[in-house]
Amino acid sequence: MSSNTGPLTGRLAILAIVACLLQITTISQITFLGAHADLVPLVVAACGLLLGSLPGAVIGFGCGFFVDSALFQTMGLSSLIYLVAGYGAGRLREVRDPQAAAVPAIVGAAATTTVTVGYTIMQFLLGTQVTVSSLFVRQIVVTILVNTLIALPVYAAVRRWLLPVLPDDPRRRRRRASTTRLSPLSRA
Amino acid sequence: MYDPKTIRRRRAVLALLVVSSVVLLTASFGGGGGVSSVQRGVFELVSPIQDVASRSLKPFRDLFGWFGDTWRSKGENDALRKDRDALRQQNVKLQAQLRNAGTAARLLQLDQAAGLSAMGPVTARVTSVTPTLLFQSFVINKGSANGIKVGQAVVTSGGLVGRISVVTSGHATVKLLTDSAFGVQARVARTGTPGIVISSGGSPEDLIMRTTKLKAPVADGATITTRGTAPAAKFPSLFPPDIAIGIVTRVDDAGTDSQTVHLKPFVDVRSVDQVQVLTRDPASIP
Repeated sequence: MSSNTGPLTGRLAILAIVACLLQITTISQITFLGAHADLVPLVVAACGLLLGSLPGAVIGFGCGFFVDSALFQTMGLSSLIYLVAGYGAGRLREVRDPQAAAVPAIVGAAATTTVTVGYTIMQFLLGTQVTVSSLFVRQIVVTILVNTLIALPVYAAVRRWLLPVLPDDPRRRRRRASTTRLSPLSRA
Repeated sequence: MYDPKTIRRRRAVLALLVVSSVVLLTASFGGGGGVSSVQRGVFELVSPIQDVASRSLKPFRDLFGWFGDTWRSKGENDALRKDRDALRQQNVKLQAQLRNAGTAARLLQLDQAAGLSAMGPVTARVTSVTPTLLFQSFVINKGSANGIKVGQAVVTSGGLVGRISVVTSGHATVKLLTDSAFGVQARVARTGTPGIVISSGGSPEDLIMRTTKLKAPVADGATITTRGTAPAAKFPSLFPPDIAIGIVTRVDDAGTDSQTVHLKPFVDVRSVDQVQVLTRDPASIP
């Protein structure tokens, strides 16, 4: 176990609680074209991208648990969906390790799609009457678009908050990755 | 590259989390007392924090809300002008009817004077809103200490919002009328045609009224209100009569046994900031 596991866990816990509180007390009440942004999947995806699949899944589960408890919703539903979003973002980093600047925005959009569509499908499977109307589809699309727009600043904020305790700073990783190309063979 | 031990550990933790979620889901649906009490404990712990966060972040919410309101109000302006003209005509007709109604009108005025103030309204502020798109619930900053109980009606000046579903000492959760598990006995305000209003599922601008009187004519633009307790009902309704719910937008299969009445609720549950909980039992109001 690395020496900074404790501080990292503390910072992750604070981040998750602040993000969930901000979402349910403020952002959920600000509507734009009939929908609102959803900060939680963006934070979960950013954690997955920065830390890997396991921390991504754990923070996704934690955020879901907190949201379900705070709003007295069906327990386990949000946990399962945020878990998938966090794990997926983490696996992308582990398998592909994409370095493009737009990656957080794309992953944020994918995480938001997973959460909004997944939540609707799960509600449907659990027997809730859900009508897929044009308005409902528009709300999903607007949420995904708004989240895509704010994904980069959210990722930057999460990265800035976690940077002092990151086990493997992506910037260092990137620098190392580029220097490995300067082998005697490539120079020849 | 990861060693097999790391991969095994990752899979084990993932499986544990998924199983935990499924167990929570199952227990939640089974109405398990353990899960419910844990949830209630977390809810009671988190509610004051939500309250403080909601108060301190209100200026930001208002600022962003102002931009949204301005954008939306431009679109609503034309529709509201049409509504105003229609309501003016309706008002003229109603005033004429009232003038001619004599004793019945005076009795009616007495009933209306009782209004909401007789129902023990408790004003509360919305502190948290469900982040999903299904608009199922929100949390208010008043609870059992203020006389709030499960099942009581929640209204705004616009009309019905929902009913209380969970209560702690200082906070309560409101199940919104756009939740698919919500239902209320209703009637057409003018004709008295009875029915049940339920959510259409997923749309905050569309409710469905199923009329209980077969083939009963329901006109576009008709106002739908709560019915209260029907005369021959076995159980009393949770909602007092004549609380506005919405206006009829269209009727599918009109005049048939399976007609479906669509209505737009008067209250936009996406932008509710303050509500009133009617704490008096409707049956006890004379």
